[in-house]
Amino acid sequence: MSLFWLPQQPDWNAALLEARKRPAREVAPRFVALANTSIDFLQTAKLDKIVQQCGDDLRAALTRTRPMKLALLGSSTLTHLVPAIRMAALRRGFWLDVFEGDYGMYHHELADPSSALYTFQPDVVLLALDAQHIAGGNGASAEHSLANLTACWKLAQEQLGATVIQQTVLPVFAPLLGNNEQRLPLSPFSIVAEVNHRLRQQAPQAGVHLLSLDTLTQDEGLKTWHDPALWHRSKQEVSPRMAPLYGDHVGRLLAALRGLSYKCLVLDLDNTLWGGVIGDDGLEGILLGQGHAVGEAHTAFQHYAKELAGRGVILAVCSKNDDANARAAFERHPEMLLRIKDIACFIANWQDKATNLRTIAETLNIGLDSLVFADDNPFERNLIRQELPMVAVPELPEDPALYASTIAGAGYFESLSVTKEDLERGQQYQLNAERNRLRESSTDMAGFLRGLEMQLIWSPFDSVGLSRITQLINKSNQFNLTTRRYTETEVAELIGQPECLTLQLRLTDRFGDNGIIAIIIGRPAHGSETDVLELDTWLMSCRVLGRQVEEATLELIVKQAKLLGARRIAGFYLPTAKNGMVKDHYGRLGFLQTSLAEDGSSSWILELKTFEAKPTFIQIVEGTLDHRTDLREAH
Amino acid sequence: MTTEQIYAKLTDIFRDVFDDESLVLTPELTASDVPGWDSFNHINLIVATEVQFKIKFKTAELESLRNVGHLVEVIASKVG
Repeated sequence: MSLFWLPQQPDWNAALLEARKRPAREVAPRFVALANTSIDFLQTAKLDKIVQQCGDDLRAALTRTRPMKLALLGSSTLTHLVPAIRMAALRRGFWLDVFEGDYGMYHHELADPSSALYTFQPDVVLLALDAQHIAGGNGASAEHSLANLTACWKLAQEQLGATVIQQTVLPVFAPLLGNNEQRLPLSPFSIVAEVNHRLRQQAPQAGVHLLSLDTLTQDEGLKTWHDPALWHRSKQEVSPRMAPLYGDHVGRLLAALRGLSYKCLVLDLDNTLWGGVIGDDGLEGILLGQGHAVGEAHTAFQHYAKELAGRGVILAVCSKNDDANARAAFERHPEMLLRIKDIACFIANWQDKATNLRTIAETLNIGLDSLVFADDNPFERNLIRQELPMVAVPELPEDPALYASTIAGAGYFESLSVTKEDLERGQQYQLNAERNRLRESSTDMAGFLRGLEMQLIWSPFDSVGLSRITQLINKSNQFNLTTRRYTETEVAELIGQPECLTLQLRLTDRFGDNGIIAIIIGRPAHGSETDVLELDTWLMSCRVLGRQVEEATLELIVKQAKLLGARRIAGFYLPTAKNGMVKDHYGRLGFLQTSLAEDGSSSWILELKTFEAKPTFIQIVEGTLDHRTDLREAH
Repeated sequence: MTTEQIYAKLTDIFRDVFDDESLVLTPELTASDVPGWDSFNHINLIVATEVQFKIKFKTAELESLRNVGHLVEVIASKVG
């Protein structure tokens, strides 16, 4: 079964029949739930057909992110993959329109601004070229194929303005030599290997993301994914059977582009992180570590969780246990790989887990739809699926040896880049705990803030900060006034634009560096109001809420706006499902409201002449790269 | 597996593929009798049949398929 991490639903057909009868506004959550079960290719096609019939009503009801447009370009039959790609988007709560290019016409379509592809205006282009096309022809070579691909990327990025996803090549060719095929560099088998190798080298600097089809198929094997008979019959390189899994991988990449990947892995303890029940078996009785196969399997799972944390995934614990018992294992069991400091939020009590997951999301300042809940107990899993359908709940198999591969296979934490902040996130949550202790020991808020010795270090956008800036722009949901998403290319275009105000803000304090925590983009107003600077983007990491960063940021914006010749600053609030916390952001900072639309969006203005900065405990410092490096070392 | 059993199982597959719960299979039934039996659904039908019956069709067998009765004969020859 290809969507192995999702639960089976035995009465799926009946549930679909039932969902179809409902009025349009009620069907959306039901369809999303049906897509979040382990469905095969026929069920996927069936659901897609019904969903497409619902059309606009359903499109409007899927509000997790705005609808997205994908162009699927290739040189063989891809039609059978389209329903699965669309349903993978539905699974993640958003609407996807797919444009399928004409068979083998992708280069022509990319080069012709009057083609249907340009009329479609895709957000993303997926180049899904088959192995025969890449390496099967006479005179084929890796150089030639890569030159063709890079030309396509350039057209898609620069002419069409789309983000590019490149599918790596499925190794369908039989080798001619055997184990040492590399001695025949021009065999189709070798060309595919070489193209895939070079794609991995070139993709990052070209700003292209990969759909890693060659490694993805290793799990279930080429024979499951590719049926030569189907290739001859219908030019389908990927078998329809595997369409759901193919589609899901496309879906997770699209979701990652919109910042919808999950952020936090919430772990149960008994029979999840270790074997046995610590309350009954005691610290010495639980199965963990060397000497016992089950214990080793749990250790391997902890190891995987720890590695995830090492690259930026937040870990939390949610367990039905006495707090002291639960903590004892973390503090005293010699085989525990995970320690208290690795856990950003630790909850062990006897409350229901839905309540506890809400607490975890609130404590960490992230949405419930950022949580993945790993629990061996089917009862708890079903409870969460029912109570909190936005939380991802992998169907953990009974054998703990398979926990890690199940969570990895689900692709919850799909990520398109790794920034320094990602690698340091775990440490930052630990520092936050220390800050909280200072807050508790300080008698008043002012004393606490003064004691932090904060510095807000700013610089305009630069190429060094580019990936982190882009990541924040696409990930921040809550403290985000306009939720405008920009690609790395679009952000890069802002660098060095003299009439624009771009700020990346870093906050340090005596406990360490919080990294880049806020982004500002300001542009001159269009038309006659030449003295107005419009704030296109103001976003901030929720980690630094309540530290006067907003006030200090405004002080800085005002200073910079004056240098640009502005006399007024205009701010906008565009409501989304998640950014209610900043509805009155500009009002709180002393802006005057100039308009309020029916949908809740509002415009605000600030006269610079009469503006007086509120005093804060933050020192504002202009930072060059070197300066920032020094500070890092100083802490 | 009896011919009746094959028909029963195949009926479920057809109903799933064509999303039509009233579809009844007869030996004479061909693609032109069923709305939606296009090349896309034909492939789905064949792949689903292979998966459900745990069989594999030969390319030549699929080339020569005439109607549902013929398809059932081919399945029967494989499932024993």
